[in-house]
Amino acid sequence: MNIIIKNCNVLGKEQKELFIKDGKFVASYSDSEADRVIDLGGKQVIPGLIDMHCHLREPGFEYRETIASGTRSAAKGGFTSVCPMPNTKPVADNAAVISGILKKAQDAGYCRVYPIGAASKGLSGKELAEIGLMKEAGAVAVSDDGKPIATAELLRKVLEYSSDFDMPVLNHCEEMSLADGAMNEGAISTSIGIRGIPTAAEDIMIARDIIMAEYLGLPIHICHVSTKGGVRMIRDAKARGVKVTCETCPHYFTLTEESCLDYDSNFKMNPPLRTEEDKLAIIEGIKDGTIDCIVTDHAPHHEDEKVLEFSLANNGIVGFETAFALGYTYLVKPGTITLEKLVEVMCFNPSEILKLGRGGLNEGDDADLTVVDLENEFTFEKDKMLTKGRNTPYDGYKLYGEPVLTIMGGNITYEKLC
Amino acid sequence: MGLKNKDLLGLKQLSADEIMEILETAKAMKMVLQSNVKKTSHLQGKSVITLFYENSTRTRLSFELASKYMGSASANISASGSSVAKGESLLDTARTIDMMATDIIIMRHSQSGAPHFIAPHLNASVVNAGDGMNEHPTQALLDMFTMYERWGDFAGKNVAICGDIYHSRVVRSNAIGLNKLGANVSVYGPKTMMPIGIDKMGCRVADSVEDAVKGADAVMGLRVQLERQHKSLFPSVAEYSHFYGISEEMLSKAKDGALLMHPGPCNHGVELPTCVYDCDQSVINEQVTNGVAVRMAVLYLLNARRNNL
Repeated sequence: MNIIIKNCNVLGKEQKELFIKDGKFVASYSDSEADRVIDLGGKQVIPGLIDMHCHLREPGFEYRETIASGTRSAAKGGFTSVCPMPNTKPVADNAAVISGILKKAQDAGYCRVYPIGAASKGLSGKELAEIGLMKEAGAVAVSDDGKPIATAELLRKVLEYSSDFDMPVLNHCEEMSLADGAMNEGAISTSIGIRGIPTAAEDIMIARDIIMAEYLGLPIHICHVSTKGGVRMIRDAKARGVKVTCETCPHYFTLTEESCLDYDSNFKMNPPLRTEEDKLAIIEGIKDGTIDCIVTDHAPHHEDEKVLEFSLANNGIVGFETAFALGYTYLVKPGTITLEKLVEVMCFNPSEILKLGRGGLNEGDDADLTVVDLENEFTFEKDKMLTKGRNTPYDGYKLYGEPVLTIMGGNITYEKLC
Repeated sequence: MGLKNKDLLGLKQLSADEIMEILETAKAMKMVLQSNVKKTSHLQGKSVITLFYENSTRTRLSFELASKYMGSASANISASGSSVAKGESLLDTARTIDMMATDIIIMRHSQSGAPHFIAPHLNASVVNAGDGMNEHPTQALLDMFTMYERWGDFAGKNVAICGDIYHSRVVRSNAIGLNKLGANVSVYGPKTMMPIGIDKMGCRVADSVEDAVKGADAVMGLRVQLERQHKSLFPSVAEYSHFYGISEEMLSKAKDGALLMHPGPCNHGVELPTCVYDCDQSVINEQVTNGVAVRMAVLYLLNARRNNL
């Protein structure tokens, strides 16, 4: 499909036209050769967003989400590339499951899907998964997500063995013996009688990971950082030259533990929502570059698994369709970071950490782009989401930065332009 | 004046005036309870269901008797003998009960927030009879009623609560209620059973049993859940009772005539010795009687609110 995009701003700079042909950005051609000419009326074009941490639930949990429904939702959120975690059924711990995921993703055609393989067989924390064969099949990183890589000894082996294949290792940081709870531990959890998970549970595991990465001189990526202590340790480690990178999620810079006061399980996730102080530390970490990426941790659940007593409800919220707008509304609009920085943490840095080679808008690059409406406020409505999940805490939020057009490989994967 | 909300979920949701109205109403109900013919017609033509997901002797029986003394149709459901055992969700079970023209559902549940979760979905009024570690509002109300009968006022009174503070819904409800009425609450227990941030609920965290009970107008012991010993919250029953129990000597540090209270059931010789349980200052048995009066008051006021809407 030949598409000409006219009258747009590209990352803040005014650029009149973009030309797309055979899935790539090309030099100009005439309007008559175009299948479509889209006038953006000055709207903002950014490179297609990359979510390096999500859950597409397929295979095994298709009642929550499928690769098709999940990637369609991601496209609506402005993503052109997503990285699903391996906690499927069967677990994505071998080349066959990775290939199956890629096949389904290709059939759906909404996003480039870069699967993350399990670090240990069956996510059991016992023996190495076939990391090399998974890489050959198309996996881009390994993780035992949902759980930490169980022991320091296994972590060492995963880091060492993965480095032979240049495979990034992503770790969910939680000292499980301290994590028997359903929300952040503190005055709020005490007041409403919910067992708390201390920030120390996350910090202890981040410390372990930094120490091991430093000792081995190998890279590690820390998943969904939520604590002030975690940000501080990662900042210090980076300053020492440790090869540590990390990510956070929109809920950790927009919400706090106080949201749990009414026992609404749409505010239940892991790591849990923390305090205002932690939230401010996360924002500071994004601003000063300690935090490399914003990811969604998109975690769709069926209503039966969420509309429950708080402690019994599953962890997690959906996130594709709110992530960019939350970043724009809560970080860019108040002037904390620039639009360029937001694109860096939602596209360039994930691409670099996972070595995807994405994010370009120049001639010869794959035509992955997103158009966002930065001017008009919109009301986010959960019933209009394309994901199968309805577990979002942001229903009714008034936000800026709605993605209105997503193009992946020259194909329109989402469009809301008038 | 009456109650503001359809449900009684906790002391958090009650104002000082509402608490006082419940206590005043309980006075009248206690007179009914102590009369020859224990019968009123306040709940005639109404239905009250107790739905208990956890074991209970006092709470369940006192609610049941309270509703029967007031003339309601009442029935009990427990988790083991119902569709809950077949895996029915809490919300489905609650809606099923609600659709049988039920007026008041009294629920005990192991999960904090379980009554808060179902209440907005139901026409019936929900009374929290204990939810996880969160609240046990009618226990605190009966404790406060017991104090109120003796004191007539809460301002400046000191209440000491000793034991497993972390897991106790009784502490949370008492702390909230007593603070609203102007009393001071001190808590003490092993650090392994002291939740972070309890001071933010208006509790002074004491350094010892002695520090907690010194000058107290009421001393409350809490049941130690002995099964928790396996979680290494305390090393042995002997050590617990030695350092954390309320002995005769410790009780003597409280004000003369201070009330000795316990929500029951009590492990004799652990949180307090039998001689303390049975001492002159002990109002433990009276608490049980007051439990019925307070629950009658709660049912009366919730029903009055329903009738007025």
